[in-house]
Amino acid sequence: MVFDSTLLLLAILIPLLGGFTLLGFRNLSSSVVRLVALTGFTVPLLIAVWLYFMFVGADQVDGYRFLTELDTGLSFFGINLTLGLNGVSLPLFFLAGIVGLAAGIHALHSEAANRQLYLSLLLIMQAGLMGTFASIDIFFFYFFHELALIPTFVMIGIWGGFGRRSAAIEMTIYLTLGAMLSLLGLILLYNASGVDSFNLIAIREYLLSQPLSDTLQNNIFGLLLFGFGILVSLFPFHSWAPRGYAAAPTAAAMLHAGVLKKFGLYGLIQIAYPLLPQGAGHWGPLLVWLALGNVVLIGLITMAQRDLKQMVGYSSVMHMGYCFLGLVTFDAIGVGGAVILMFGHGLSVALLLMLSTAVFHRTQTYDMKEMGGLASRTPILAGMFVAATFASIGLPGFANFWGEFAIFVALWHYNPWVMAIAATGIVISAIYGLRAVAWVFFGKPSEALEEHWRENKPFELRQGERLAATLLFSGLFVIGFFPRIFSDYVDMDLKPYFSSEPPALVQSVDPVEIQSEVLVADVATVESTVSGEGAR
Amino acid sequence: MNLEVFKQISDTNRWGLLLPEIYLVGLALILLVFEMLFRRQDLLLIVRVAIWGQVLLLGLMVLQYLEGFPTGSVTAFSGLLTQTPATEVMRLFFVAGSILVSFLATTYLRRQNLPRTEFFAITMLITVAMMVLVQSSQFVLFFVALETVTIGFYVLVAYCRQSPFSLEAGLKFLILGALSSAILLFGIVFLYGVAGNPALPGHVADSMNFADLASFIAANPTNPLVLIGTCLVLAGVAFKVGAVPFQIWIPDVYQGAPTPVTAFLAVSSKAAGVFVLLTLVRGPFASLHSFLVPLLSTVAVLTILFGNLTALPQRNVKRLMGLSGIAHAGYLLVGVVASMTVDWAVYAVVFYLITYLLASFGVFGVMIQMAGDDDSDQEVDHYEDLGQRHPFLAGVLTVGLGSLAGIPPLGGFIGKLLIFIAAFQAGLYGLLAASIIGVVISIYYYFGWIREAVFRVWRSPEGSPAQEGASTFTVSTVEIVTLGGLSALTIGIGIFPSLVDCLMRL
Repeated sequence: MVFDSTLLLLAILIPLLGGFTLLGFRNLSSSVVRLVALTGFTVPLLIAVWLYFMFVGADQVDGYRFLTELDTGLSFFGINLTLGLNGVSLPLFFLAGIVGLAAGIHALHSEAANRQLYLSLLLIMQAGLMGTFASIDIFFFYFFHELALIPTFVMIGIWGGFGRRSAAIEMTIYLTLGAMLSLLGLILLYNASGVDSFNLIAIREYLLSQPLSDTLQNNIFGLLLFGFGILVSLFPFHSWAPRGYAAAPTAAAMLHAGVLKKFGLYGLIQIAYPLLPQGAGHWGPLLVWLALGNVVLIGLITMAQRDLKQMVGYSSVMHMGYCFLGLVTFDAIGVGGAVILMFGHGLSVALLLMLSTAVFHRTQTYDMKEMGGLASRTPILAGMFVAATFASIGLPGFANFWGEFAIFVALWHYNPWVMAIAATGIVISAIYGLRAVAWVFFGKPSEALEEHWRENKPFELRQGERLAATLLFSGLFVIGFFPRIFSDYVDMDLKPYFSSEPPALVQSVDPVEIQSEVLVADVATVESTVSGEGAR
Repeated sequence: MNLEVFKQISDTNRWGLLLPEIYLVGLALILLVFEMLFRRQDLLLIVRVAIWGQVLLLGLMVLQYLEGFPTGSVTAFSGLLTQTPATEVMRLFFVAGSILVSFLATTYLRRQNLPRTEFFAITMLITVAMMVLVQSSQFVLFFVALETVTIGFYVLVAYCRQSPFSLEAGLKFLILGALSSAILLFGIVFLYGVAGNPALPGHVADSMNFADLASFIAANPTNPLVLIGTCLVLAGVAFKVGAVPFQIWIPDVYQGAPTPVTAFLAVSSKAAGVFVLLTLVRGPFASLHSFLVPLLSTVAVLTILFGNLTALPQRNVKRLMGLSGIAHAGYLLVGVVASMTVDWAVYAVVFYLITYLLASFGVFGVMIQMAGDDDSDQEVDHYEDLGQRHPFLAGVLTVGLGSLAGIPPLGGFIGKLLIFIAAFQAGLYGLLAASIIGVVISIYYYFGWIREAVFRVWRSPEGSPAQEGASTFTVSTVEIVTLGGLSALTIGIGIFPSLVDCLMRL
């Protein structure tokens, strides 16, 4: 078990070391650069796969497995680097591994100027991502998020496309605001819990035994909701996302839109909702409206886009609305659906961003009305793009479907009207998705494009792009056909905190004494079985 | 008074406690002697003696603390001096600051062709005064040390005599500095007079002494004279820190002063002011808690907002550093206010100061390299394409500014985090809100600067590769090692805050 626990640390350290190697030593030969980068991107995914198979049998503490603890000098404040995975973080850890490798392969095959710096920043980002989803200590949870965020800013600034300077500043200011608000919320939580520890397990144990007062819960939850919400592009605070993704270089956009953005939702699921149920109830009605704004209003805005990348960016903002709706239901099915949708959306949006860059390389424009007829010239690209669009719309067979399906089921129990409004989003996304496919790949190309193609024949997807796309697709398909791979674990860890029945009711029915007797009896049986097993 | 009293007093004169200060004064005097003895071409020797002498002192002090870091507080010179673990850290801090200022000055003075020896000597004397200042626990010594610092700065600010900006800055600093000293002295006299008044309860014999004064103020917390005196003393110190409403001098003086002096003012002088504030509000003024918390909180909020908002449209980097330094003074004030209820906030403030020192000197080091002939004319636009022209300097600049902006995993973030936690524990929610707003605003101007330096600039392919001769400079190995070391420490402290572990024992 010690070996498995160290693996988590290695999943962070290896990309980090790779990144610093590439940053520190210039003039490495290109084969060394390739080797270092590939190791840095592949090892985390391999570790994720290995840990997935070891997950069932591993020892656990409050649902967390593979615990590792390291003192970095802030233990005075109860801050220790504590790593571990539970059922909710497992899919996201996995997601970070897959998208990271795909983005890495794409970057290795890209023609970015100064590729060594580009790769080193991506590796640092990858390390931050792996760390975020493996952290149990809420300080490091935040710390790793920021570690992944800074390279994004730098990469947009150096390799970004049109309008990158203002997009980078806008994104940084928005995200810093969000990060600061959530940091305040986290410190307040630490302070209010009084356990003198940033360790999530300790805070959880303490707060479940003696919950905070209602006002305190409401205030902390508000800070966390809006702080994390800004990071996930919750409705009125979304404007950074489409612009940022449109300006960002492809690999950075893939990692950010695909993985890093899920940080906010992950924080809400792991920290805010379980620890502050009253606060969640208090802000729920408002959040429903904001999330519907994400789904319907942003959906309509997406429909109006003519720019391919902007459309992909807006559609990713829109899909975040479903995740928020899943959270609002406060039900294991809805929240579990949100986790699966986060996984599926992460893969599909990374795929769409990558493929739209590929389209751009063949048409030299992002204006969809200028394009057309690409399908007959590059059939593989067309096929993949269509499949990615289907995944993003949420057709069965892809991971997104199960996420959206579970969310709608939970929403029906929560409030049928909300579900009805949210369901229009499916129609909206089908319209813009299919229309984009029609515009880009079918019909006749514009005259300017014909002119362009006469000189540069459109070429097929390159090998690196194909490899990356296949990797992302395989994730989407596997979960699309066997959602139980993750859903059982997700469910297992969500059940104790998310139930449709208000927790207060359950307590009032059971007299405390009986409960404690039952508990004692339970503990006794558990102990006897454990010792029995140990003897065997 | 008989001989016995003199004997008791002289017994407390433990000069051994002041060895570092004595060493530095001696070094300064030796430099002046060297200046007279040697001819002009031997001036390099003076530079070496100045810098390596100070490095040796720092090394010796660190070695001594490695053997055993002081844990309790020591009072000597019959109550004039009190040494606590915190003041020991601050002494190290000032010596380190002095070394870095001298280091920056070598490049600057060579380029401007200004006399060097005096600069080093004055820098060291100011440093000694600061070291004494943070240890003083009596108003007479306190005032003398503070005045020594200020008078030294009058000379340094106007050091570049051929620059009208420098002279203007010197004049402004002189007038406003003298005014603030007068205010401070006025406050001290008020407190002295009222505390020695035998008609009041709890009057004390030695009313200059901080401990005695504290007991008097505890007995008369609502006496109007006490309150007026306290306000005047704090106003005098707030001038040194650059807190609103005593910040008016900062932009002009920072811009006009030679860049190493700007760094000295921004880091060491400010740190001394903040630490003195800490000593005062936790010592003599501790019992005025309910009066000082709202007062200082208001000042802190205004300082944070003023500093950040005025830095927002700045294009001159020296003014930018000055105005954003006001904002940093504001964050530090948050820590000072928190320290009145939460004891370990002292640790947070000192930690913040250390990260601020590392980051600021990194940035100032790059500024010195980038400066043209006219020292006060340094615009953000001059940093265009620094990433291409000199990647190393661009990296140092990015790390320094990122740390000042408080971005993890750099040291500045941990500093801000600790201050925020302290403020939370003290329940200062309004201050936290202001700090957060301030941090978000500061991202704009710090990252605007980084953007100018690191991001590539679009130019039409046919156009001239603008400003060909803009400045092709070489950076010596010593400079690379020093600046690189500062950046490495900034990153290292961000990842392993235990690097400044000796502070944990405060």
